[in-house]
Amino acid sequence: MADSDIALHPPELKHHFDDAPQQLEASTLGMWAFLATEVLFFGGMFCAYTIYRHAYHDAFESTSRFMNVTIGGINTGVLICSSLTMALAVRAAQLGQKKALIWLLIATLTLGGVFLALKADEYHEKYVEHHIPGPGFQYEEPRFAQQAQILFFLYFAMTGLHAAHMIVGAGLLITLIVMASRNRFSSRWYTPVDMIGLYWHFVDIVWIFLFPLLYLIGHTK
Amino acid sequence: MSTTLPHPDLDVRTNYLNADYGWKSWLFTTDHKRIALLYLFSITAFFFVGGAFAVMMRLNLLSPNGIFAHDTYNKLFTMHGVVMVFFFLVPSIPATLGNFLIPPMIGARDLAFPRINLLSWYIYIVGGVMALAAIVRGGVDTGWTFYAPFSSTYSNTHVILAAMGVFVAGFSSILTGLNFIITIHTMRCPGMYWSRLPLFVWGHYATALIQVLATPVLAITVFLLCLERVLHTGIFDPSLGGDPVLFQHLFWFYSHPAVYIMILPGMAVISELVACFSRKAIFGYGFVAFSSVAIAVLGFLVWGHHLFVAGQSMYASMVFSFISFLVAVPSAIKVFNWTATMYQGSISYDTPMLYAFGFIGLFTIGGLTGLFLATMAIDVHVTDTYFVIAHFHYVMVGGMVMAYLGGIHFWFPKITGRLYPEAWAKFAALVIFVGFNLTFFPQFILGYLGMPRRYATYADEFHTLNVMSTAGASILGIGYLIPMIYLAWAWRFGPISPQNPWHAKGLEWEQSPTPPPTFNFIEPPVVTEAAYNYSGEEAEIG
Amino acid sequence: MSHPVVPIKVYVGIFLALITLTVTTVLVSKLELGEFNFVVAIIIAVIKATLVILFFMHVKQASTLTKLFVVAGFFWMAILFTFTLSDYFSRTWLPQVRWW
Repeated sequence: MADSDIALHPPELKHHFDDAPQQLEASTLGMWAFLATEVLFFGGMFCAYTIYRHAYHDAFESTSRFMNVTIGGINTGVLICSSLTMALAVRAAQLGQKKALIWLLIATLTLGGVFLALKADEYHEKYVEHHIPGPGFQYEEPRFAQQAQILFFLYFAMTGLHAAHMIVGAGLLITLIVMASRNRFSSRWYTPVDMIGLYWHFVDIVWIFLFPLLYLIGHTK
Repeated sequence: MSTTLPHPDLDVRTNYLNADYGWKSWLFTTDHKRIALLYLFSITAFFFVGGAFAVMMRLNLLSPNGIFAHDTYNKLFTMHGVVMVFFFLVPSIPATLGNFLIPPMIGARDLAFPRINLLSWYIYIVGGVMALAAIVRGGVDTGWTFYAPFSSTYSNTHVILAAMGVFVAGFSSILTGLNFIITIHTMRCPGMYWSRLPLFVWGHYATALIQVLATPVLAITVFLLCLERVLHTGIFDPSLGGDPVLFQHLFWFYSHPAVYIMILPGMAVISELVACFSRKAIFGYGFVAFSSVAIAVLGFLVWGHHLFVAGQSMYASMVFSFISFLVAVPSAIKVFNWTATMYQGSISYDTPMLYAFGFIGLFTIGGLTGLFLATMAIDVHVTDTYFVIAHFHYVMVGGMVMAYLGGIHFWFPKITGRLYPEAWAKFAALVIFVGFNLTFFPQFILGYLGMPRRYATYADEFHTLNVMSTAGASILGIGYLIPMIYLAWAWRFGPISPQNPWHAKGLEWEQSPTPPPTFNFIEPPVVTEAAYNYSGEEAEIG
Repeated sequence: MSHPVVPIKVYVGIFLALITLTVTTVLVSKLELGEFNFVVAIIIAVIKATLVILFFMHVKQASTLTKLFVVAGFFWMAILFTFTLSDYFSRTWLPQVRWW
């Protein structure tokens, strides 16, 4: 390869890649491999949750009335909206529409913030009810107290880790907004927007499963 | 560090080692070869930390009443296991030889994600520092398996610190595996079809699959364990309504595939060594490649064989036992194929080949004893005895560590540009082989006779065999020290190596200078022949 | 870029489908269907996740290899679930074996 060939390659193409499509395929597969690890990370908790739900079926039913379906449902809607704005943001980047990209990223970030605020409110509700596992835990039905504590522990572990992932996602969105406003993206290269979009949608998918399992099952009585 | 491509007319003595100087060029490098060396030094340091614990354990076991307090002994075997498994064996070959060799073997200039590669080393160091901190602050006494509820409730050692160190190191492993998978899929040079990949690459691909898919479950398990230790909500504590067997299921879902992380790269190295030192293509290339992936996949379906006596249902145990028999088949296929490769080959007995012979024999013994353990009726008698310990040391030390040493010697010229002293290397290999067998073969007998593992003391009738084992361990320890000395000496003072001292096939030997330049190749390589084409007309006589 | 531009109305359509499915799952949860509640809720969640994966995450237009990576993650989680639950559910099938 002549020196002049080297000088003319696009600046976003890293030296160890041969061309842009190879780099994009590598980035996409890399992000999906990472998301697969996240599936297994949350999957371990879903597994533990499934086992205890079945083992302590009656205690589980008794705890279900303390799950705030309203907040959970609104939060589900909020996250679905944020997935829409994120998908539209990636599309705006693809079309080189800088202003639309920035506004859609801000919208996604805002909706994420709404989710976290509602979650904080929900956790506060749990705190007031003494349902946070640990030394201060108290449960309304003493015969289910031990089992309910395990179930609430899993509730907090699962939603807490999910919230932590959202906070990381928020940080990533802020980074994207800064990068976009500095003209780092164009219709020729917007891979970080694409990849962080995948991450954001994945966090939404985790919630899509958390919501029915934690909030809706057992609400018939 | 400079990132421009080297001009073809540059002095060919410019290579990755002297392309740039200064600590920043090492600590902020993105060159996979330099990162491999960063890992090499840190992993070697941890090997000796873990080894030091082993020495103390064997000293304790010289006499039936031991010399350490029982709590101290518990900490010794725990830290030996934690350090050796998570900070030595799991990263060993992939992070050193894999990192160094996969790009040149497939004709690439670097891995797919060089900065993530560097990040994985830093994450490993952070995890390592946390583990060392746990050691310095008094160690952990739960066993490397961290079984609850002892680890979650009753142990008063630094469980969280050690467990979080493991958690962090797990991410290093995930990122390495992720990097390898993407690299092998997307960055093969023209002509490097999957069917032409060196088996070293196939083995690391299979390993990387396990690293990516299994390690996250360890992460969540350790995370839940640490939360439980703080909050005592009972998820694994039977006195609070929890199930300790759940911990074991989640723990072994990772830890069984992890043992395949700790052998597949070794097998990957052996394929390269056997082919080169028999001057013959690997017999049944397709079978060996497929077996690597089969071991990785089947290895995910057998974890329950660690729970045979834990209270797991008989039906589940039977399924796990049966599949454990199945997973031995691809390993056996590899051993047969290596043997068939050597048949009618032109064998040379250089040091790497000696290690390969050692691997094949010792891994076979270790693997066969694994089948005994997979048999429930036998397992109930030998589980938690020295039989298990002998089994896994045969495969991990007799197998993996020998393969690691064989690989280090084989690629030493490629990595350093110099030759090691062959006579000392052969001597050390022999000392290691003798020391290893003297250490661990008596342990099969001890286990069969009923000596329990993880006990600081033992019945008088086991005395003689324990003395033999400790004697063997001291020989083995000396055997490991000898290469440290001559390899360090050779790196600085050894004779300069030619481009391909072994006359081996493979892009890393044939088309990449020794040592390689930063981007591995002067001309972009193109592959036109199958792997291990030793019988091709242009092959040089060994 | 690798994939063609998706029209806005496709995204909005998927969004509305997701909202509708969410409302559906909440309403169904208020009915008394016994064990079937769980099954229906999971099926709806899987449909929602599939829509997000195929359209918002562009997997429908992605390479076969990408699709394989997506499936692999979920398949491996299924292995964890199936084999672990097989232990718990089969514990009552046989009397507890004692060897003491």
